[in-house]
Amino acid sequence: MLALEVRDLVVEVDGRRVLDGLNLEVPKGELHVLFGPNGSGKTSLILTILGLPQYKVLRGQIILNGEDITFLPINERVKRGIGVLFQNPPQIKGVRLGDVLKKLAKDETPMEIARKVNFPAFYLDRELNCGFSGGEIRRCELTQLMAQKPSFLLLDEPDSGVDVENLELVGSIINELAKGRSGILITHLGYILRYVEAQRAHVILNGKIACSGRPIEILDHILREGYWWCDKCKEMRGD
Amino acid sequence: MINVRRCGVTKMNEAREEEIRERALKALDKKADYGPDIDLSSFVRSPERLEVKGLDDLPSGVREQAVMVGVRPDMKERAGTYFQLDHSVLFSGVSKYFDGGVEFISTIEAKKRYDWFSKYLWRAVQVDTDKYTAFAALEWDHGYFLRVAAGKKVTVPLQSCLYIYRDKLDQNVHNVILMEPSSEAQIISGCVVHPNVSRALHVGITEIYLMKGAKLTFTMIHNWAEGIDVRPRTGIILEDGATFISNYINLKPVGSVQTYPAAYCNGENSTAVFNSLIYGDKGSVIDVGGKIILEGKGSKGEVKSRVIATTNAKVYSRGLLVGKREKTRGHLECRGLLLSDQAFIHAIPELRGETSGTELSHEAAVGKIAEEAIYYLMARGFSEEEAVSMIVRGFLDTRIFGLPEPLQREVDHAIDIVLSSSL
Repeated sequence: MLALEVRDLVVEVDGRRVLDGLNLEVPKGELHVLFGPNGSGKTSLILTILGLPQYKVLRGQIILNGEDITFLPINERVKRGIGVLFQNPPQIKGVRLGDVLKKLAKDETPMEIARKVNFPAFYLDRELNCGFSGGEIRRCELTQLMAQKPSFLLLDEPDSGVDVENLELVGSIINELAKGRSGILITHLGYILRYVEAQRAHVILNGKIACSGRPIEILDHILREGYWWCDKCKEMRGD
Repeated sequence: MINVRRCGVTKMNEAREEEIRERALKALDKKADYGPDIDLSSFVRSPERLEVKGLDDLPSGVREQAVMVGVRPDMKERAGTYFQLDHSVLFSGVSKYFDGGVEFISTIEAKKRYDWFSKYLWRAVQVDTDKYTAFAALEWDHGYFLRVAAGKKVTVPLQSCLYIYRDKLDQNVHNVILMEPSSEAQIISGCVVHPNVSRALHVGITEIYLMKGAKLTFTMIHNWAEGIDVRPRTGIILEDGATFISNYINLKPVGSVQTYPAAYCNGENSTAVFNSLIYGDKGSVIDVGGKIILEGKGSKGEVKSRVIATTNAKVYSRGLLVGKREKTRGHLECRGLLLSDQAFIHAIPELRGETSGTELSHEAAVGKIAEEAIYYLMARGFSEEEAVSMIVRGFLDTRIFGLPEPLQREVDHAIDIVLSSSL
């Protein structure tokens, strides 16, 4: 049973093709990792699945839990279980983290959620993403996901800007969030994979999946040989 | 030229009264520097009503509307109350706890009671500023006199409500606040109009005197309606070490509001702050701001505004800082959010340095809501409307005011009530 199925997805942003016939399947209960060089289409895939209007779908389908969500508005996709951790969330002055958590959380208080990411109480009073460090932004994003409890996670570089002490914490929260759920996780250097259990990995090159395999093995190849290896892999598969 | 009658009080210094009257008569046709011109002859006067012992027998709907501007008709957690409906004082009084240290009565009553009172009239605001000040001098409809005794700290807010109940009325109130040395107080002043009123004029003269070391937080919530024209004229004079903080909130549609209060920081190390939250909607013409004249050595001033304009509202946000003495500092900040292409926000920050020892600065930004902020909140499951509403409410965040906690709760509550019907 598939949680997410992306079929032959072609997407443009401002007339520039960012995904070019991408296919991907994530079975229920699995967390898949996306690797790829800068500009290869990783974040574009996540933001297209989320439904940002500037990501224009020219062809293909996005199927979530058997339902075609390709042209649904963002909040309708979220209602169906999508939850995203943004890589570069916008600063929203005057909108306080605590107020957002209060609206989102069903069975926990904002304080209880904040405590899980080691945020002191006064962080709830802070404006969304204003003046946060890289690590604080990730943890701020995680608090919102914990409150949302989405069934399908889209995690865009959750380890970016996180210091060593907090990397384990972020990893354990993602593991907790992913328990019994499905999702996609983008990472550049793979540090988070020391703490997160992922079942499969894919490499995106030029807007399509170039190769797939076990996360640790693929990461090992990338770290040793760079993405050149993936290009070769693609050639080997005869794509 | 409109017909005017003479105010019936006689204790005022005759020569000064005559001079004020003559200056007012000469200025009756003098247009204001800013804002649409109003034909003063198109309004009516209302007969006086009787005073009431409490606010329990207010006309239907009036109590509910008073609550919307932060006024508590039950008078709980209030140090004192002044309630004026049209031209009549319905109630004025001070809680027993502050009796003796605080006086809160009609200005006409104060003029009858004290010989010295007249010297505080038309001193911080000039009577011949324009036709509205002139009109208010010649057709004086009470207003409140608040006096806080030397050293008295009033720890809970005082409240005033100026209410227009009769259609096509003009209401000319003249308020005077006298903060004696080292006294402290906070006042919530709510202005509101009955739903049956289609057209009216409110002219509010407010003269505030802060003596040495006194502190006043003055929070005004306007809740007018389309067809209502409003011309407040406010002057504040600060002595050494005095602090004045004005918080002006206007979130409902209005015909026009034009006000440009001036704080004169005459005393050394005195401080004046003008904060404003404006939500311009439905053809409202809102022309507001604050000017601070830094005359005293070491005095400081700040003008901060958050303006939203939607539908076809026209909003002018002004600010003027004048640095006249050394070691003075001032900052202007205007942020505007446009929610419609038919609306406009015109920010006009002005700085005038008259000595090399002054430091003045300003920043202004006008734009629309960033789409990415809306999408971000939609990614949390909120609808587009909910996302916009959260961003707008956040933009009008009262925490920029730095209010005391209980007062902030009150103001937030009032804003939430008003915005829930606007957004």
